[in-house]
Amino acid sequence: MVKSKQDKRFELFASIVMILVMAVIIFPFVLLFVSSITDENTLLINGYSIFPKKLSLDAYKYIWNSGSVIMRAYATTVCITLVGTICHVAIVALVAYPLSLRNLPGKRVFNFLILFTILFHGGLVPTYMIYTTVLHIKDTYLALLVPNLLFSSFNAIIVRTYLRTNVPSELYESAKIDGASEFRIFREIVLPLGKPIFVTIAVFAGLNYWNDWTNGLYYISDSSKYSIQQLLNVMVKNIQYLTQYGRAPANGAIPSIGLRMAIAFIAMLPILIMYPFLTKYFEKGITLGSVKG
Amino acid sequence: MSKNSKPLRLRAQRFKGYLPLYLMMLPAFVYLLINNYWPMSGLVLAFKKYTVQGGIWGSQWVGLRNFQFLFRNNETAVMVRNTLCYNLAFMVINVIVGVFLAILITEIGNKTLRKLAQSSVLLPFVVSIIIVSYMVRAFLDADTGLLNSLIVAWGGKKTSWYDTPGPWPFILTLVNTWKGAGYGCILYISTIMGIDPSLYEVAHLSGASKLQSIRYVTLPYLKPTIITMVLLNMGRIFNSDFGLFFQVPQNSGMIMDVTQTIDTFVYRGLIVQPNIGMTAAASFLQSCIGFALVLAFNAITRKVSRDDALF
Repeated sequence: MVKSKQDKRFELFASIVMILVMAVIIFPFVLLFVSSITDENTLLINGYSIFPKKLSLDAYKYIWNSGSVIMRAYATTVCITLVGTICHVAIVALVAYPLSLRNLPGKRVFNFLILFTILFHGGLVPTYMIYTTVLHIKDTYLALLVPNLLFSSFNAIIVRTYLRTNVPSELYESAKIDGASEFRIFREIVLPLGKPIFVTIAVFAGLNYWNDWTNGLYYISDSSKYSIQQLLNVMVKNIQYLTQYGRAPANGAIPSIGLRMAIAFIAMLPILIMYPFLTKYFEKGITLGSVKG
Repeated sequence: MSKNSKPLRLRAQRFKGYLPLYLMMLPAFVYLLINNYWPMSGLVLAFKKYTVQGGIWGSQWVGLRNFQFLFRNNETAVMVRNTLCYNLAFMVINVIVGVFLAILITEIGNKTLRKLAQSSVLLPFVVSIIIVSYMVRAFLDADTGLLNSLIVAWGGKKTSWYDTPGPWPFILTLVNTWKGAGYGCILYISTIMGIDPSLYEVAHLSGASKLQSIRYVTLPYLKPTIITMVLLNMGRIFNSDFGLFFQVPQNSGMIMDVTQTIDTFVYRGLIVQPNIGMTAAASFLQSCIGFALVLAFNAITRKVSRDDALF
């Protein structure tokens, strides 16, 4: 198709507007990073700025040298994310494969039990009560791992649909004739052929674990079990306490602005680094999420 | 006897064959039992006077008392208004911005720039809302915030943003658009990419301008996707984004009138200043109305486009 003059003008307009939009998107990230390397006094006197008068790496030095609480929270987030993501994908894959088969007895009931949890939820109050007063997960690592994150009915439906449409049932049949057990079929046919969809849900599960702060907010008060997001949350709370009562709360010192911004920056750094490689999975997950089976 | 035992044995054998498959499904259903189905039974709390000794099932029944308290509370109307209005505003703005950006991105000629723009719009989606609240603070802090610095540089006076309710509907909408518009945008881009290019050629040959071909080809093709997004969101209109309304205003009491939603109310009534009965009643209504709405809007979605319905 030959591009007319008008088309070219429109392309130019689209490019310019999108460059401006990208600037608006990126600006807060830059501001966050620059304030993490701004000298604290400069920041207090001149305020946040993209071009600060004086730079300083004090915040990062502090984290490196004496930030044991920060490092611990970071390690907690890394471990919970790794363990949680692996478990999430395993549980989803294991339930999705049987449900993708045409002739599983009771399939309708199982499908309904999964779908119903998407439509109806007990809400925060009963969930909180069960987890704290019956299961007693308060202040354990299980509290960061289990509630709401370990399994997703939505992902199970997406994976089930993917397997049903992408793995030909003849493969299962011929494997069965060769005497393969269901677990072997799962390992040697389902896992390799479903890899694209498993990676996609792993990316989303990993992101949800990494960014989760609600489980920490509800269930964790022991500061040695903070995740990095919760540490950021608690720092905000301590500042509110300071402005309200004019003194720092008994159990927490108030870090400088630069340090707070540095912690926020390292908390999102792994995601920023991996983002370019994972974009296609995010996009795929979003488009898959809108077409269910 | 022998007539009956044969199919029974067969059925047992058949079941044995499926046993490994049921075992595979066990972890997921045990999880749903603990995380979803068991808490549903706790909804009875809405009709009880909760005591620590009594727990969920041992506490005393009080009929609809909790609901009476909830409806007499002044905050209730405010939080329902906020939840509904914000959700409606977010829905409309996210559709408009998402479609606008999607059309622009697909029109960019330079492939590198197009890819870059496409991944940029989704970038805020992967950042946690806590970090977003840190970014917002860098703009709005009364003493050091960028916005006040700019206002002072232009000869104005500093404003204590976290104590001024007026601008918050605008601020929250802006933050939500920044963080959330990319999600829909990616959907719209994938729909636009699926449009047959020959349609544009026909439009071009019959003398349509660029804007006309957007108006008569692109938008009609986007319509089903937009309708689906709107219907799905309508079903969730009583559920607010807890992070946005709890983290971004930084829990400031002065602006609660414009930042309190059902979800922040439930959190505060459960943990900050416990009032379990009234909170359970609010949570109960949210779950039940939400359920009814999801069913209703799903039925509408089925009528509009069968494939996009949830079930």
